[in-house]
Amino acid sequence: MDELGSGLRQATQMIFGGDAALMEIVWLSLRVSGVALAFATLIGIPLGAFLGLRRFRGRRLTVALLYTGMGFPPVVVGLFVYLLLSRSGPLGQLGWAFIPKLFTPGAMVIAQTIIAVPLVAGFTMAAVMGVDPQLRQQVQSLGATDWQTTLAVLGEARIGVIVAVIAGFGGIISEVGAVMLVGGNIEGKTRVLTTAIVLETRQGSFDLAIALGLILLGITFFINVVMLRLQGRTLEA
Amino acid sequence: MTYSATQEPCFVLDGVTKSYGERRVLDLTQLTIFSGERLALVGPSGSGKSTLLRLLNFLESQTTGAIRFQGQAYDAQHKAPLEVRRKITMVSQRPVLLNSSVTDNVRFGLRLRGERDARDQALAALEQVGLPGLARQPARTLSGGEAQRVALARAMVLQPDVLLLDEPTANLDPYNVGVIEKTVRTLNEQQGTTIVLVTHNVFQAHRLADRVGLMMDGRLVEVAEVEQFFETPTDPRTGAFVRGEMIY
Repeated sequence: MDELGSGLRQATQMIFGGDAALMEIVWLSLRVSGVALAFATLIGIPLGAFLGLRRFRGRRLTVALLYTGMGFPPVVVGLFVYLLLSRSGPLGQLGWAFIPKLFTPGAMVIAQTIIAVPLVAGFTMAAVMGVDPQLRQQVQSLGATDWQTTLAVLGEARIGVIVAVIAGFGGIISEVGAVMLVGGNIEGKTRVLTTAIVLETRQGSFDLAIALGLILLGITFFINVVMLRLQGRTLEA
Repeated sequence: MTYSATQEPCFVLDGVTKSYGERRVLDLTQLTIFSGERLALVGPSGSGKSTLLRLLNFLESQTTGAIRFQGQAYDAQHKAPLEVRRKITMVSQRPVLLNSSVTDNVRFGLRLRGERDARDQALAALEQVGLPGLARQPARTLSGGEAQRVALARAMVLQPDVLLLDEPTANLDPYNVGVIEKTVRTLNEQQGTTIVLVTHNVFQAHRLADRVGLMMDGRLVEVAEVEQFFETPTDPRTGAFVRGEMIY
């Protein structure tokens, strides 16, 4: 309990004291997870809508793969990206400028995007499938194109879609295995909140680890509240 | 508008069938629907009435045969383009309204057509169905009768050439039935909108239609002007159906 109380005090001091190292870690965490979430949203929502609305050969297999992806251990994703981006890996040996190198924020973004896409797509698909199937026909009957119909269905499933994005964010802001592997937890370069917590715990700095953990919790809570507000809903609704 | 044999055909269906897998649900030798008429289709459940409406709305393609609409033939290979589809709209038995205000629901179709505001048209349509006071109400809070009237308003506001009605008054109280029937009749008489009504209610068919058709097992048993259909039908099954006898 002492460590928890001490952690809480230290978190308060670090936040309100504007600790530069902490701010750098928080900023990098938000930047990496934010960019990864943006990519995952751009890929995951259309993919989820497509899988939820269309019937095609191989759909069941695709959905099974998607569900598998939703439960994929981040550390395995990290290993996969590590092998892809390492110098002898299929992407790493290409040496193209736009392919991020290992132990950079870019590599972390790739790993987190891969983790978040199945989450965003899977929850979006479930939300879309939960919309009354009659709605599609009635919207089409009112003269909607396929694209307008998809947008209308997504609009009706918006709460579920927002939950999908929140789930994607929760999955990547809190993961440690992938960013540790492909980022390397380099101070001032690739150290994020989760990897910093691991490091501080290993070094026995429990109060600092708790402080970082509380900040991570606070960020997650804050972003969830903002997203719910964007939906015009309060936590009570 | 009263049906007359001199009217232009709106739809002409020749040899139209619709199958789902091995199961054939519709098999029409010939059916002509005239512009500006009110045609009611009656028949037992599963007789293919709603399937026919979906084909007329070009929401699905027929398996075989041709559907000509305003002189142009469409099928699975030559699907009706968007501008043609937008001349036809349907009101279903169970309206699904969007999770937004009543006004937003009514102007939804106009917005699909690129009209940004369309608030005045939506309010006028709500006035026509007797719901001007509900414009700002969340659509999901409406009663069944109100929701159906809003669904009718969102179809009417589009000023379609053809309005398809699939059991629009099923499970509604007499007041709402009266409002909907009156609105449909006014739309037809004032704007010449072609009405195709699917109903289980033979009394409603009698009240509203110029012509009535009986469908059974996916086939059109008989289609005739309303008086002939009810008074002197040519097929004995029609007479039995009108008398409320079990024919299926």
